Amino acid sequence: MKMKLATLALSAVMAAGPALADLVIPSLSYRTGPYAAGGVPFADGYADYFTLLNERDGGIGGVPVKMIECETGYNTEKGVECYEATKGEGALIYQPLSTGITYQLIPKTTADDIPMHTMGYGRTSAANGDVFSHTFNYPANYWDGASGAVNYLLETNGGDLKGKKLALVYHNSAFGKEPIRTLEELSKKHGYELTLLPVDHPGQEQKSQWLQIRRERPDFVIMYGWGVMNQVAIQEAANIRFPMENFIGIWWSGGEHDVLPAGDGANGYKALTFHAVGDDFPVFDDIKTYVSDKGKAAGNGDQIGSVIYNRGFYAAMLAAEAIKDAQAATGNADVTPGDVRDAMESLNITEERMAGLGMPNFGPSFQVSCENHGGSGLVGVAQWDATNKKWSMVSDFKPTDRDVINALVKEDSEAFAKENNIESQCK
Amino acid sequence: MFYREAGDYKTTYVDDNQTFPIKFDRYRYYLVLLLGFAIIPFVINDYWVNAIFLPFLIYAIAAIGLNILTGYCGQVSLGTGGFMAVGAYSCYKFMTGLDIWLPTGAEGEMVQYALPPINIFFSVLLAGFVTALVGVLFGLPSLRIKGFYLAVATLAAQFFLVWLLNKWEWAYNYSASGQINAPERSVFGLLVTGPSTKAWVAYLFCLVFLTLVALIARNLTRGSVGRKWMAIRDMDIAAEIIGVDPLKAKLSAFAVSSFFIGISGALFFSVYLGAVEVGEAFGINKSFLVLFMVIIGGLGSIFGSFAGAAFLVLLPVLLKNTLVGGLGWPTDIAAHLEFLIVGALIIIFLVAEPHGLAQLWRVAKEKLRLWPFPH
Repeated sequence: MKMKLATLALSAVMAAGPALADLVIPSLSYRTGPYAAGGVPFADGYADYFTLLNERDGGIGGVPVKMIECETGYNTEKGVECYEATKGEGALIYQPLSTGITYQLIPKTTADDIPMHTMGYGRTSAANGDVFSHTFNYPANYWDGASGAVNYLLETNGGDLKGKKLALVYHNSAFGKEPIRTLEELSKKHGYELTLLPVDHPGQEQKSQWLQIRRERPDFVIMYGWGVMNQVAIQEAANIRFPMENFIGIWWSGGEHDVLPAGDGANGYKALTFHAVGDDFPVFDDIKTYVSDKGKAAGNGDQIGSVIYNRGFYAAMLAAEAIKDAQAATGNADVTPGDVRDAMESLNITEERMAGLGMPNFGPSFQVSCENHGGSGLVGVAQWDATNKKWSMVSDFKPTDRDVINALVKEDSEAFAKENNIESQCK
Repeated sequence: MFYREAGDYKTTYVDDNQTFPIKFDRYRYYLVLLLGFAIIPFVINDYWVNAIFLPFLIYAIAAIGLNILTGYCGQVSLGTGGFMAVGAYSCYKFMTGLDIWLPTGAEGEMVQYALPPINIFFSVLLAGFVTALVGVLFGLPSLRIKGFYLAVATLAAQFFLVWLLNKWEWAYNYSASGQINAPERSVFGLLVTGPSTKAWVAYLFCLVFLTLVALIARNLTRGSVGRKWMAIRDMDIAAEIIGVDPLKAKLSAFAVSSFFIGISGALFFSVYLGAVEVGEAFGINKSFLVLFMVIIGGLGSIFGSFAGAAFLVLLPVLLKNTLVGGLGWPTDIAAHLEFLIVGALIIIFLVAEPHGLAQLWRVAKEKLRLWPFPH
């Protein structure tokens, strides 16, 4: 441990050496607090991908990446402090991994002309790029998640949910409240009954919610949880013997650390996802050769291949691809945040491109446009196998109900535009 | 030496009763004011304002508010976070145009009347008044109970207010996520809220409020109102015998204290963060944080409120910048160490000087009066 500390400190000092002409990417991470369980693997994945690029390719387009990590503790005040501390260093893109911090930074990044990528979280209506010029939430958002879960239930129940009861267990915050409107709209369309069960921050106290589930016996439970809340919920569900295959979590409720504490009880639990699970991809061989074998893995290096690690990895890949595109478009290796924003707006992630990166079928293929910052919104379902301690995909990435979602996005983003006098940016 | 009183003659009662009777002290105070109003605005940047000055100024207002209630009137309160939330949400309603729904007479039909948006300065003030009202309401039990029991009653206020503002859709203008966002608002044509705000404008806006609050608090506490509060704090039965009305004294303390805390909540939301979510921003942690500021700074001291706020706002930032920025340590180890160091310092401070930083300052002043000739 001591050795590791020393090397970590040393590498951080060395990385902080040459400041000019580096591609600066801040990582607003949280390795402490009640949400650290998810924050640690994401931050590790995010850091490892950039370490890989630096070690293997000498950075992006020949320019090394300098990642600055700043601890937020999932706290918005610290998030603002981190943003102000890092933006002056030439930060190219922000990924705060917190819906609360995202809400803080949407206006700030727009004013400072720095793009922000909130992958699968944040303000869903930011998918309307016409209003939210600097915020991107491809490849899928919370409302895609809600619709994806309902679609999956339709598919596995013969296309009919009439008279079924569906309960939503959610984190009582902006994050957890996001899917409510979508689920309500969809309940009108498909005729299921919706029960809402809020769980307060940080989410350890859920006895009464699960008591209610035991009493009302909903057919399905959907969960929007994060951090310590997930472990407690899955344990409680196992305690009341709720059939796990009818329990679907959002992608933030589907990591290894969420299901492991419940042991065999968690077998069959499902979670949505917008990227692949497992480490069966060529790029992970490179990670082994260039990063973990050299002792350069972030954190303890024990998260490689876990679900949330893959998500951080995927987020870093999308950021790096946007920077590559920006370099190609401007012919300039040292790009500005504004260039990266433009590149993100025309980002096109195809199967071939991902295969070329050693990540074939890692996520859905999608294309971003000025009007649509939300990507394709394809959502898949993964299931936990407690005997082999492994997540595996049980459904391909499938389209969601865009009619319902687009109408809601339009409504919410236009309200925001009106409140803040934002003019249409797409010609 | 520095605080020499020899030759500093007072010939009127007014002179004798001023806030800073010693000349050196008074000039230092003018110097700080000059520095704050005329020099700092020209040299600060975004980082200094958003990471250091705004939280310091806003928490100092909250600490003064709580100090009035707890330090001067002896009523323990754990509801600070909830009262700040009331300030934030009422400021939001005033600045976006308060909407009132009235039944039209027909079954189930409602018609909306909306006030025009109110200037941000007055929105903040009005938010203070709304919070004062709520504070008085939750101060009512203080007539019957005190000490730990009152602490629990105000704790209930904390949880109730957060729950209410999370539940009640009207409070956040029916937005899908329950977040409130501060739209751009200006004073004299200068933006004070929203992302394009200039650093010095936001700083000065909060500084004006802090100065006003501190002046009001100082003058209230050294007048008859403050003496009544302190009489209640020291022994309520004795105070009643000498003619202090406990109802008026306690409720006025709750009102003034909540007024200040409401202002700090309003500024916290509109100027500092720009978007808040009640559970995350105004949870029980916020109540504790402000209470720690008051205890570390010194109960029953205006200067102590400033010192406590500075201590708890600046120290974590300083530690973070030294450990991560300076020494390059991993962020998680630095964050954990930060908890350890701040916690240990709080304990050491309270063991060494239970009356807080203000008392340390007072002792230092006494020593400087005699220096270099101690007894």
